[in-house]
Amino acid sequence: MMGPLLVSIYVFVLAAFLGFELITKVPPTLHTPLMSGANALSGITVLGALSLVTVADPSVGVVLGTLALVLATINVVGGFLVTDRMLSRFGGGGDR
Amino acid sequence: MTGDLIALAALASIALFVVGLKRLSKIRTARSGNLLIASGMLLAVVITLVEQGLVDYRWIAGGLAVGAVVGVLIVVRAKATQMPEIVARFNGFGGAASALVALALFWLEVVEAGADDPAAVVLGMASAITVSLSILIGVTTFTGSILAELKLRGTVKGQPRIPLRGILLTLLLAGGLAAGLGGLFALADPLTASALVAGLVAASLVAGVVLVLPIGGADMPVVISLLNSLSGLAAAATGFALENNLLIIAGTMVGAAGLILTQIMCRAMNRSLANVIVGGYGGDATGGEGAEAYESVVSSDAEEAAMVLESAQSVIIVPGYGIAAARGQHAVKELAAALGRRGVEVRFAIHPVAGRMPGHMNVVLAEAEVPYEQLFEMSEINQDFAHTDAVIVVGANDVVNPAANTQPGSPIAGMPILEVGRARRVFVIKRSLAPGYAGIKNDLFEADNTVMLFGDAKGVLDSLTAEVAEGAPAG
Repeated sequence: MMGPLLVSIYVFVLAAFLGFELITKVPPTLHTPLMSGANALSGITVLGALSLVTVADPSVGVVLGTLALVLATINVVGGFLVTDRMLSRFGGGGDR
Repeated sequence: MTGDLIALAALASIALFVVGLKRLSKIRTARSGNLLIASGMLLAVVITLVEQGLVDYRWIAGGLAVGAVVGVLIVVRAKATQMPEIVARFNGFGGAASALVALALFWLEVVEAGADDPAAVVLGMASAITVSLSILIGVTTFTGSILAELKLRGTVKGQPRIPLRGILLTLLLAGGLAAGLGGLFALADPLTASALVAGLVAASLVAGVVLVLPIGGADMPVVISLLNSLSGLAAAATGFALENNLLIIAGTMVGAAGLILTQIMCRAMNRSLANVIVGGYGGDATGGEGAEAYESVVSSDAEEAAMVLESAQSVIIVPGYGIAAARGQHAVKELAAALGRRGVEVRFAIHPVAGRMPGHMNVVLAEAEVPYEQLFEMSEINQDFAHTDAVIVVGANDVVNPAANTQPGSPIAGMPILEVGRARRVFVIKRSLAPGYAGIKNDLFEADNTVMLFGDAKGVLDSLTAEVAEGAPAG
């Protein structure tokens, strides 16, 4: 049977193929928003930060984790907002 | 049982990411795609909180609140012309966050736990390796992105040469990684181990600067896209360190998608990624070819140009970075509207890499509410120039330079351009005859049918609009 690490490696390789497949023919108009949306998704690291700062006593580790949590949350919240703002400006006219 | 439910919920959030990313790559569905990814993220956060059960939420709540408020504030205060800078900044934050999670993990599990074994024993070998990778990639992404933002903003100018840059970069990355791995694998003493990890952080900080500093403004979009891809990989590495598949999947998808996007942009500019990284897109041409003298350049004023424009049946406007720099997007919209009222058909031709970022022009023009139906991509409009009465080039240079087709040795050789020279008349609004990013002469300015309108884009556009509006009412 597969150990957890091996499962993770399977997941990694398949996700890489999936990523390549998802973004094949993007119109240049969408490059900036797509980049910004993908960037917001990379803020998924917020989950890692959440799982680390589960104790109350302040310590170096907790402070580092909280700083990570703040930056990742800025990335996620700001990233999705800015993407939506860009897209709301140009989808409006209708479709071609 | 709850474990299974949580795993299924995680699967649902992955599905939302996949469908969302797919929709984000098509214009009609992009906005809903972004919304799907965002809801997938929200679901993932909720799952994680549920999974942790009853813990002390003080730090979590504080961190989430501060991050959310700052994120909203940054976006609310940004102008449309600053979008590329904002994207670069968030990118840097993402990279830094991944590195900090890895550092926090090391500190909490090894140093604060007072372990008597090396980190590789405490965390496991795979985690120790990926902690190092996450710090390396994340911190490099952080400094690289912040520098990219400063370059886009113009705070850091030029593209200084760094001697032996390739070797230096390799040394920093390899040396940093060696220090980090040494600290995590060999040393049971937490203090010495942390010192070596700090060495890894320092080397990565410098590596980001060395990577981005010599790269010029025209290539910045490609660099940001590459850094974006790296921030995804940093998140994936953090996922390996924490044994969290959700992080691995989302991070890797971003990494792979970013790489493809980088490739697509390079192709649009007819450049290879290696070429971009090596840097120097006409970097030292400031005093060289760019200074080539122009002969027989014809310049005119707004009044004369307006007369030609009024009597035209169709006009195509070609916007470039100059329009964003002069904040001239509202002025150009006014001109288009004034011409439209006189029965002139007005269209905008958008080069894929016009501006500072692919798609940047669309964002800038959209801010001024230029109707979407008037915007045409290069492939849709290039054959129409030959049947167009007049073209107005505003603050664009390299994207209309015929040298791309005619001079095989030129730095932009082979780059697809907008063939504006085929139109009956060409007006070029530009502050001077200074070369663009590529640092080369533009023969278009000497063509018989080209007239230069020197001045700030906004000023010239405003006077054109005034002249067009003043003229005798159209029949």
